[in-house]
Amino acid sequence: MTSNLKRSTAAAAIPGLNAETKPESLWRSSVQRLTRNRSAVVGLAIILLTILVAVFAPQLAPMDYKTQVLSDANTAPRWVTQVFPVMRPADDGGYVKINETYLLGADRLGRDLFSRIIYGTRVSLMVAFVGPLVALIVGLTLGLVSGYVGGWVDNVIMRFTDIMYAFPTLLLVILLMSFFRSSLGNVEPGTFAFQVGELDRASGGMLFIFIGVGLTSWMQTARLTRGQVLFVREQEYITAARAIGSPTWPILTRHILPNILGPIVVAETLTIPRYISFEAFLSFIGLGVNPPTPSWGAMISEGAGAISTYPNQAIFPALALFLVMFSFNFLGDGLRDALDPRMRGIE
Amino acid sequence: MGKYIVRRLLWLVLVLFVVSAITFIMMRLVPGGPFNTERGVPPAIIANLERRYNLDAPLIEQYVDYVAGLALPRITDSSFRRSVAEDYLINIPLDFLGEGTALRWMNFGPSLTRRSQTVTAIISDTLPVSMQLGTAALLVGVLIGVPLGIFAALRRNTWGDFVGMGVAILGVSVPAIILGPILQYVFGVGLGWLPVTGWGSFAQVIMPAFALGFAQSALIARLTRASLLQVLNEDYIRTARAKGLHNRTVIIVHALKNALIPVVTVLGPLAAALLTGTFVVEIIFGIPGLGKFFVNSIINRDYTIIMGTVLLYAAVLVFANLIVDIVYAWIDPRIRYT
Repeated sequence: MTSNLKRSTAAAAIPGLNAETKPESLWRSSVQRLTRNRSAVVGLAIILLTILVAVFAPQLAPMDYKTQVLSDANTAPRWVTQVFPVMRPADDGGYVKINETYLLGADRLGRDLFSRIIYGTRVSLMVAFVGPLVALIVGLTLGLVSGYVGGWVDNVIMRFTDIMYAFPTLLLVILLMSFFRSSLGNVEPGTFAFQVGELDRASGGMLFIFIGVGLTSWMQTARLTRGQVLFVREQEYITAARAIGSPTWPILTRHILPNILGPIVVAETLTIPRYISFEAFLSFIGLGVNPPTPSWGAMISEGAGAISTYPNQAIFPALALFLVMFSFNFLGDGLRDALDPRMRGIE
Repeated sequence: MGKYIVRRLLWLVLVLFVVSAITFIMMRLVPGGPFNTERGVPPAIIANLERRYNLDAPLIEQYVDYVAGLALPRITDSSFRRSVAEDYLINIPLDFLGEGTALRWMNFGPSLTRRSQTVTAIISDTLPVSMQLGTAALLVGVLIGVPLGIFAALRRNTWGDFVGMGVAILGVSVPAIILGPILQYVFGVGLGWLPVTGWGSFAQVIMPAFALGFAQSALIARLTRASLLQVLNEDYIRTARAKGLHNRTVIIVHALKNALIPVVTVLGPLAAALLTGTFVVEIIFGIPGLGKFFVNSIINRDYTIIMGTVLLYAAVLVFANLIVDIVYAWIDPRIRYT
């Protein structure tokens, strides 16, 4: 298997031979492996479904996510009180007012939990896709340069990576977020900082989450990329490419990048749940999305305080968060088995 | 090896220096200050408070003062009294130099929002709590993760493997923010077996440690499985089997020791992650640890607490990695540091 792979990539180094053979054989077999993995397919299906929910949230949500009906605060339909026995209905000697208009109940401000969970998919999914992208752009660039150029450039980049690695990530994110939130919040209109602040407000606070989370997560990618480049750089087909006089840029993008991308994409996919939980964490401590933008983390945070009386307010968003993270983990796992060449020897 | 450790320790100093500089700059760029948050304080009083805490001095001077106070050890005689301005984390008595003489190190300075307390006192009150929680979580992670990984690897591609790895994926998908409320509801509210919140008794440690450690146990299990599978493919395992050794001997003596090397390497970062990860758990379960203080100090712009906590965590992180590298060389004789 491995030797076949090498031969096909070596053939790719010869101009004229590479056009069709290489990408198809590599990617088609990967896709086949992925679709044969049942749990990965289930994960993918749930993710696609979640994407649909996020896109069509206004159509799917029965109510508005920010409308507060204070007279309905903390109410729940009957089935919820049956699922959570602690929530004894008021007509049964308990304290929970029964209200069937809300599918999963209403939160302490009288907002529909179900609609808020539906809108909450938007934040989680956006972070799931944009977070790794930021990390990938920064990490891949630094790793490629570091690994290929070598010498003092490599040294400087890697030492910087080491230092950033030693920075406690959660603390850095918290610092960055509070920095973004308060210093870009009140600047003069017309400046670049103001525009960025506006953009962040327009996205409900998501922009700064992307930047904050992305800027603190690229180190692993950079290290992995560098390691892969160092390994691939010494392979015969790179020597061959150099020998026939390929310039640096095509070597990097056409020979090195496709060969190292597998493990890196897999590694990034595997970190997606981390980004989702990062956002949830930030919203949980109040540095994430701006209220009333619904985020599952913020909902769990609000509900956790009432866990003994109204457990539905924390448990339902927690289950939604769990489902999405579970799916991404399943998919990431399947992708790793499908794409990571090192895993092939074992399976 | 000795040379290597010295070099790494010097590196640690450099890292902490850079981390402190970045934190200091970022923290000071944020508008507002520790005294502005209280409403209705006249500017004159704020100015006085700033002078009292030297916050009106040039930033460079403040930074140098802070770092000097923290990094430089001091030898004091019996006239030393703990005060808000001078409170050291490390106090080593040197009575042979005279009664009451002591070597004191690491003065984190006064807290700017809780003015009767020093950051040193806050750290020595809250860090042990976070450490206990982190250690308990790490134990949960290792004690569940390693056996689960071995089990799955030895039963590769059978139902045992699928169940084991299913549990592992489940584990990675439930960070403390999800597992915390669910555990609280099931075991605290529903079954009533464990206290929902609080800190102090053993029963109160179980749920937070689980909420924090379960995700780590999943990571450890997957790593153990992958690593053990790889080792079982090695030639020396075949040799050992060919010699006619008992299967159990092969796995325990020949395979496990080598398979656990990658596991050991993640324990360092994992331990550090657990320590910082205690934030969420501390908030959910109402535990008086350092994480809660840190989040509040950011919101209140309590500069000295922010600096102290970041530096402390960074030191733990780098130190944990150093220890891992040393253990790594000790387990695997092929690794030589120069």
